[in-house]
Amino acid sequence: METTGSANVSVPCWVMFFRSRAPVLIPVRMSCLLSFKLSVFSTVLLLLCTRFVCCNNGRRVGDALDAEFSGFSVPLEHSFEVDDVAKFRVRGALVLKAGREPSVSLSQNQLSEEDRTKLKEVAAVDGLYRIRVPRVFLQADRQTERQMEGYLTAFVRACAMVESHLSDVIALHTDVSGYLIGVSIVTFPGACRGTEVEDEVDLEVFNTTLSIMAPVNAPGPETALFLERMEQELERKGKNPQEQKSFFAKYWYLILGGAIFLMATSSAQPPAGGDREQS
Amino acid sequence: MAKLILLHFILALLCFFADAVFEDQVGKFDWRQQYVGKVRFAHFDMHVQSSKKVLVATEKNVFASLNTRTGEVYWRHVDKTGPEGNIDALLMHGQDAVLVVGNGRLLRSWDINIGGLNWEIVLDSGSFQSACFVGQQDSVKYVAVLKKSAVSLHYLSNGHQKWVENLPESETVQYQAVYSGGNGEVYTLGVVPHSHITIVAYSVEDGEIIKQISVDAPWLSNIQASCAVVGQGMLICADPATVSLYMLDLNVQSQMTQIPLQSLGLEVSPGFQPTVVSTQPNPARPPHSEFFVQLGPDHYQLLQLNNGQIVALRDFKPAMLVSFATTGEKTVAAVMAPKNKTACSLNLFSAESGRRLLDTTLIFNMDPNGGKPEKLYVQAFLKKDDSVGYRVMVQTEDHTLTFIQQPGRVMWTREEALSDVVTMEMVDLPLTGTQAELEGEFGKKADGLLSMVLKRLSSQLILLQAWIAHLWKLFYDARKPRSQVKNDVTIENLSRDEFNLQKMMVMVTASGKLFGIDSKTGTILWRHYLDNIPSNAAFKLMVQRTTAHFPHPPQCTLLIKDKDTGLATLHVFNPIFGRKSHITPPALPQPILQSLLLPLMDQDYAKVLLLVDDQYKVSAFPSTKNVLQQLQEMASSIFFYLVDSSQGRLSGYRLRTDLSTEMIWEVIIPTEVQRIVSVKGKRPNEHVHSQGRVMGDRSVLYKYLNPNLLAVVTESTDLHQERSFVGILLIDGVTGRIIHEAVQRKARGPVHLVHSENWVVYEYWSTKSRRNEFSVLELYEGMELYNSTVFSSLDRPHPPQVLQQSYIFPSSISTLEATLTEKGITSRHLLVGLPSGAILSLPKMFLDPRRPEIVSEQSREENLIPYSPEMPIRTEWFINYNQTVSRVRGIYTAPSGLESTCLVVAYGLDIYQTRVYPSKQFDVLKDDYDYMLISSVLFALFFATMISKRLAEVKLLNRAWR
Repeated sequence: METTGSANVSVPCWVMFFRSRAPVLIPVRMSCLLSFKLSVFSTVLLLLCTRFVCCNNGRRVGDALDAEFSGFSVPLEHSFEVDDVAKFRVRGALVLKAGREPSVSLSQNQLSEEDRTKLKEVAAVDGLYRIRVPRVFLQADRQTERQMEGYLTAFVRACAMVESHLSDVIALHTDVSGYLIGVSIVTFPGACRGTEVEDEVDLEVFNTTLSIMAPVNAPGPETALFLERMEQELERKGKNPQEQKSFFAKYWYLILGGAIFLMATSSAQPPAGGDREQS
Repeated sequence: MAKLILLHFILALLCFFADAVFEDQVGKFDWRQQYVGKVRFAHFDMHVQSSKKVLVATEKNVFASLNTRTGEVYWRHVDKTGPEGNIDALLMHGQDAVLVVGNGRLLRSWDINIGGLNWEIVLDSGSFQSACFVGQQDSVKYVAVLKKSAVSLHYLSNGHQKWVENLPESETVQYQAVYSGGNGEVYTLGVVPHSHITIVAYSVEDGEIIKQISVDAPWLSNIQASCAVVGQGMLICADPATVSLYMLDLNVQSQMTQIPLQSLGLEVSPGFQPTVVSTQPNPARPPHSEFFVQLGPDHYQLLQLNNGQIVALRDFKPAMLVSFATTGEKTVAAVMAPKNKTACSLNLFSAESGRRLLDTTLIFNMDPNGGKPEKLYVQAFLKKDDSVGYRVMVQTEDHTLTFIQQPGRVMWTREEALSDVVTMEMVDLPLTGTQAELEGEFGKKADGLLSMVLKRLSSQLILLQAWIAHLWKLFYDARKPRSQVKNDVTIENLSRDEFNLQKMMVMVTASGKLFGIDSKTGTILWRHYLDNIPSNAAFKLMVQRTTAHFPHPPQCTLLIKDKDTGLATLHVFNPIFGRKSHITPPALPQPILQSLLLPLMDQDYAKVLLLVDDQYKVSAFPSTKNVLQQLQEMASSIFFYLVDSSQGRLSGYRLRTDLSTEMIWEVIIPTEVQRIVSVKGKRPNEHVHSQGRVMGDRSVLYKYLNPNLLAVVTESTDLHQERSFVGILLIDGVTGRIIHEAVQRKARGPVHLVHSENWVVYEYWSTKSRRNEFSVLELYEGMELYNSTVFSSLDRPHPPQVLQQSYIFPSSISTLEATLTEKGITSRHLLVGLPSGAILSLPKMFLDPRRPEIVSEQSREENLIPYSPEMPIRTEWFINYNQTVSRVRGIYTAPSGLESTCLVVAYGLDIYQTRVYPSKQFDVLKDDYDYMLISSVLFALFFATMISKRLAEVKLLNRAWR
């Protein structure tokens, strides 16, 4: 993870280095020394770069270094109407940060007085509170490539939004290559019990928990561990000579018991027809 | 000590899973029917007079021999599916059947007596055109195969190539037919459309071109469709434009002679392409000089070529089908003519004279629920008095083969449509008349106490009567040996048995024929052919009303959708009798996107079917006032989803009260990266008995039982083995919330998936390890239930815990299904259809992501099997022992009245029905339970106590006297 982070960052460093060399005019004799110096400088710079990235754990790429990697923002829109015809308005801005481990943050406004009453009205008629985000491609380098046509939408019952005092959990899902494929919203608590929300203040500020989720890697068959365990078993068997007794020596009492049991049952009842079972 | 425990464990496991069929149980609960598919070529075995074989090659790439007395399969060879195994030609001579397979890839010779392969050779590449036998001096020695640019001759005895010759000017000339009249020459006939015919004659001996003729024929485009060789090498072609026949003598280079049909007194139906039918019974001799010309859809004319002149022998109108047949030296023509609306009559005519032969009428009764006759295969034979007798095999549009003997006795029928079952349902049989009587008592309105009592008494009396009759029958049958007791199932005596083990299997086939099959015996009880089914139709069968709502008849609805246009039609029928319902289904002018069967019922207990059209408008069926009112009330809680795999779009909709819809969620999976291959929900009739699993420490791990959960499988568009992957998405169908998203890297489809209870099992191909792997996902809510009384997708904020584990499976699989029982108490098994034809019953216990890698006290307490990466295949797990099911395509499971028992139907080329008991038969005595022994012991004990009591009394009395 860190190595790729450093690779990403080191590219602009190299560019800087080459740019600085181009305009320099120096006597030929000096050039050797200078190039040596330059290479030392570059190494130091590279080291600095890597060190710097290490410190940031690869997640937070320094804003000062490159603005391109500081993430980008897309609007988070919501809609709640009494007649249930969606009219999306901006609720806040999602700041998405691409990279190996994408992160997301949200800055959002408070609900206005008008919106609060409307939300309560919508909740009263059991309307829906919808959100949508535009489709984006997180791994694209340029802004134009990021935006794609269409929106991803999700909903929650407006009453649940009201009764949970605007505490919602929004999750953004990406696919393997970094396309945003879905968004989901749940409130906590999720139920609509019909409790009145008296205090208007409760409906002012969103209490949002935000996460971005990439697909997990499904496990394959665990052969290595199993083989290791088998080997351990074999080793243990080799060490312990007691275990190497013959089958009959080890389980004579079981076999004897079984034989007696069989004899007892067979003498008790003669076998009648094919005794069978199937499942 | 640990080893000992392990051993115990394994022993217990073995005892638990050692389940197979005992020898005397074979065929007791299961049956198999073998099919061959729609017949493409059929030949009767003629080389022995009393032979009972007919050889068929079918569109399912099957070559088989059928018994003409019973219709059973003697032997059958199932080739590869698709064009690779396609049978291009079937030629029969004596004991050999020569097949050209896979567009001229292989030439095979089979021994028709035992079905053994004589030889097989690989032919040179080139698309196959035609093949024929080549004979010389009355014996057939070679097979000629015509390809697009070459003709080759092979020995019939061993398949070796005698010679191969390139065809002259094969770039421009389309060679379409090869012919030999037994005179040491092989003719290839080619045509340059709308220009000329090219005829090249090769010497049989060395393949040298003897002559090459080119004759102008600007009206001809296809030789095989409009021409035939008649008599001593006379090519006769029919031309619809000039309404005339053209004659060309192959032996003499000449012009084509035009003979207007009018000069023979014949007329062609307008717009009909006339065809010529000739016969060449012995390949070593030239064809007969008599031939048929079809002049209209039901008009044939028998003609004769006599010294270069065409003579009209007899006119057949109306005639549906004609066929030549030869026995000994006699050649006859069989003509099928319509008699009335439901029957056809067949007659034999002498080919030489066109005279009708006496006493050769045969009546073929057409099934009103079947299709029209399509092909006629005639088996002629010489009777003792040297007259010609015959039997016919009629193939109808619905792929049925009917074998008829004079004067019209149907010897057997084979429903070959059943080789292509698309979907099926199992429907409970109705109650018997007496049971229904009793039920009816509750349905009616009360009318006075006395009459109710009387009614009750009378129905009880009827029950008693029925019971006594049943007992009498049992007693009567018990005296007869078992093999003689025949329970002929007919549609009249159908009734539910006490454990509801016998059901009606409603099968829908690709040809559009519906079948009702008794699940106990496999007898076809009804059949119904739907004509006008588009060739690329998709079917969805739904049970709208079950048999539980007496006196309302059960009702099934079949949605037939044209895949290209999306236009759909509904067929509503009674699944028990197969009759079309009197209810007229709504006309559907718009393409249909989605259909869903709601649990809502109308006042007649029919479930409501919602159909969503491409304008996102919803129509209901039945759409009575009652239904519409219910829909309006329920609208806000009716959600549905649509999948558009071409755009990777999954979207959810909610119903509005005015039956319009609104989109409420949308998930878009970019098609550049992956494409959606399947979306599977849970079965609506599934019951889950236990809410959770008891852990080793006696706490409970609750299952995440979301009935709206959808499992979406995607496959990567990148097929490189390092980068390909299979994606699994679990989405809530109501809220569109992605519950879980996983990627199986370095994996490829085809993915088979089962989604049930709280688990998803899928199988994929691992490109890295080059093997098939199973993976299981289980979802748990955790140690506490969020809301234990009711599940709502709208109120379940915590994401479930997802556990996953994978295993190696040592075989590829064809299909996957899970067992289903009445109440869901019985443990589940997975039914795996293997390409070998076996059906494996794999305990779900082996696919459990909680299988521990290191055995601990707790896991042992929970009965978890220690993890091992390989999934075993034990032969005793094959539920169909040696009854292999060829090309198994689907498995259908249905619960029975017994909790322990699940009914299983596997269908593909064959149909196999059986019962499985995943947790053994815990709720019923075994079928061979010794009632006699137990009752005699009971009686003996009873009498012993009586006697000993008496004796004790006597003893006491005696003692008292002392």
